[in-house]
Amino acid sequence: MKDFRTRLESERAYLQRYASLQLRDPHVAEDAVQETLVAALAGEASFEGRANLRTWLTGILKHKIVDAIRRLSREATMVPVDAEEFDALFSADGHWVDPPAAWSDPDASLQQKHFFAALEACLERLPQKTAHAFMMREHLGLETGEICKELAITPTHCWVLLYRARMALRECLEKDWFGPK
Amino acid sequence: MMLTCKEVSRLVSQGLDRRLGWTERLWLRLHLAICEGCTNFKKQMDFLRRALRELGSKAP
Repeated sequence: MKDFRTRLESERAYLQRYASLQLRDPHVAEDAVQETLVAALAGEASFEGRANLRTWLTGILKHKIVDAIRRLSREATMVPVDAEEFDALFSADGHWVDPPAAWSDPDASLQQKHFFAALEACLERLPQKTAHAFMMREHLGLETGEICKELAITPTHCWVLLYRARMALRECLEKDWFGPK
Repeated sequence: MMLTCKEVSRLVSQGLDRRLGWTERLWLRLHLAICEGCTNFKKQMDFLRRALRELGSKAP
């Protein structure tokens, strides 16, 4: 059996990628990964008998990511609370200018690596705070209340951020993945 | 009162983050019953949720 430290090291690249996607800042991500590996090394005993090292490490990393986001949000400035950037999608009376069409067989996309690459590219284009709120909600599975607390924002502000993220991702996937080839 | 598509798009999103009130759900359902664009939008939002849950598990 390989030395525990070597096994941890071999997961570093994966963890770095995982953290970068959510934190959007490679240096902050590196710190989170480093903290994770240190914690893992100290907690080797609690890994004993578990099947999957990557799953265990990812679990630790998620906590480090939330800590990092909390630190970052103390420094970040507030973003405007409305989502006017999507007004152009609607006419003056609130109808879709270009009504959303059905995406063809979206579940088949979930089986494709290329789809997730396109999704990651779209996520990378989100503004930082929007991305943080969205990843905490949809990927880490936190409730809105917890996200508000971590980002020090109101629930309304939080809903706007999540709305903004979903609208932007929808447009991006429509263009880059589901749109006419 | 009828909801506009713009309002519906916000409510659909909020419905993923909080429990909507019964009037909100009623107006939403009435609108979705007659609006294909918003129905597609809602399906896309539900799909985004599934996709994000799976993100990472498919990583190399």
